Amino acid sequence: MNRRLSRSCGLLLVVFLTMTGCAGSGAEGSDRRVMVFAAASLTEVFRTVAEDFERKHPDTDVVLSFGSSATLARQLREGAPADVFAAADRRTVAMVTDAGLAPGNPPLFARNRLQIVVPAANPGKVRGLPDLARAELVVALCAPSVPCGAAAQKALRAANLSVRPDSYEKDVKAALAKVVLGEVDAALVYHTDVLAAGDKVIGIELPVAARVTNDYPIAVLRHAANQRAAEAFVAYLRSPAGRRTLSGAGFETP
Amino acid sequence: MTVDQPRNGGVGPLTLTVPAFVGLVFLVGPLIGLLLRTPWLRLPELLADPAVADALRLSLVASAIATALCLLLGVPLAWLLVQPGLPGRPVLRALITVPLVMPPVVGGVALLMLLGRNGVLGAPLAALTGITIPFTTTAVVLAEAFVALPFLVLSVEGALRSADRRYEEAAATLGADRLTVFRRVTVPLVLPGIASGAVLAWARALGEFGATVTFAGSFPGRTQTMPVAVYLALESNPEAALALSVILLLVSVLLLGLLRDRWISR
Repeated sequence: MNRRLSRSCGLLLVVFLTMTGCAGSGAEGSDRRVMVFAAASLTEVFRTVAEDFERKHPDTDVVLSFGSSATLARQLREGAPADVFAAADRRTVAMVTDAGLAPGNPPLFARNRLQIVVPAANPGKVRGLPDLARAELVVALCAPSVPCGAAAQKALRAANLSVRPDSYEKDVKAALAKVVLGEVDAALVYHTDVLAAGDKVIGIELPVAARVTNDYPIAVLRHAANQRAAEAFVAYLRSPAGRRTLSGAGFETP
Repeated sequence: MTVDQPRNGGVGPLTLTVPAFVGLVFLVGPLIGLLLRTPWLRLPELLADPAVADALRLSLVASAIATALCLLLGVPLAWLLVQPGLPGRPVLRALITVPLVMPPVVGGVALLMLLGRNGVLGAPLAALTGITIPFTTTAVVLAEAFVALPFLVLSVEGALRSADRRYEEAAATLGADRLTVFRRVTVPLVLPGIASGAVLAWARALGEFGATVTFAGSFPGRTQTMPVAVYLALESNPEAALALSVILLLVSVLLLGLLRDRWISR
């Protein structure tokens, strides 16, 4: 009995040590690591920015995690470890600052605008926003809870259109993917997503009255494990070099 | 050197019971967390939302049809797998297992490539009939059946393999043709295996997320199943997501309990 007990205690000890060991090595690595949570629409441009930043700061390792800003904000509120949060609108960054996870009024680093995106062959013969209300078209919008979906609702309201989409996608890249694959005739995504998809798609401007822009805030989180590197990343993004990369991808910069 | 004797009333060696207990806590703990955090008082109000009823109805209907489809195709497929002298059996079984180990999102992309508007079969179908499958309830059923079918096939195959073949041989000797043997002898013999395979397939179909959002998209009442609704609600209204989750959990437990009494514990 005694031996049995000591054996299972030993097992528990091993399990415990492994777990704490993992945590220890994680903390060590985080000295070099900046965890950046970024809106899906920043996927391509942040990969470039991160590479450029790492070249200038060889001792820093930028780890990127992309998703809808709403998903990322929820993960942060549930305690996801991150140093920087770059959101696609003020509403989703407020979900994080209101919870006290980052200082209020984070700076804006980019601006984007909504566009209609259609497959290169334009099978639905879409010319403008009113076409999206045509019943025979297959249309995808972002879910209203994510920034591109909120922007889409705003644009459609401004144009006084009621559109019944065939799908509400979980983030802007999911909506774009359906257009790239030719499964939908049109979707509302950002200008930068249209550029990122290259010649597989065509972007169509919204009518002036319905033109919707999104401001992208960036926040360094209070619990950032690597505050200094996080500040450096934000500073680089807002530097002339970072702004050049952003405008190259189609973002407007302040 | 002593030998452990199983003693009456004892629970056994701690090296086994401790991990067993940890395993149990690991499985049940999250469910308890869900139940503790559920806003029970606001539940009626949250569930009064017609969108919840829509998602629940769609989930139940689609998963039931998907399970029926799995039974229709899966039982014969399992039968084929155990036929003596079948060439390439290991390859066939591996092919059937692929959707089981593949991430469901990949399954959704694969379905788009075959049945999408520009898919290998979808493009001619759209050109000839004007019918497109993605973004319809049919797409939900297909996505669910695709991920659930391997569960049914493997479960029924296991039952067929362990069934006593002598009954079939006897029926054949008495003059029954192969279809009659299958219908009157084989199927009744492995009915418990078919039932548990169907329950597994149904549970997998009910919980399907990745293939569904990829192949069918998400629109309330048409393609937005409970898991998709939970995922989207978590962003905008976490309380509603909890309410939906609890309902999904209760429905699964309820149906499993019903089916268990009817079929499994025979």
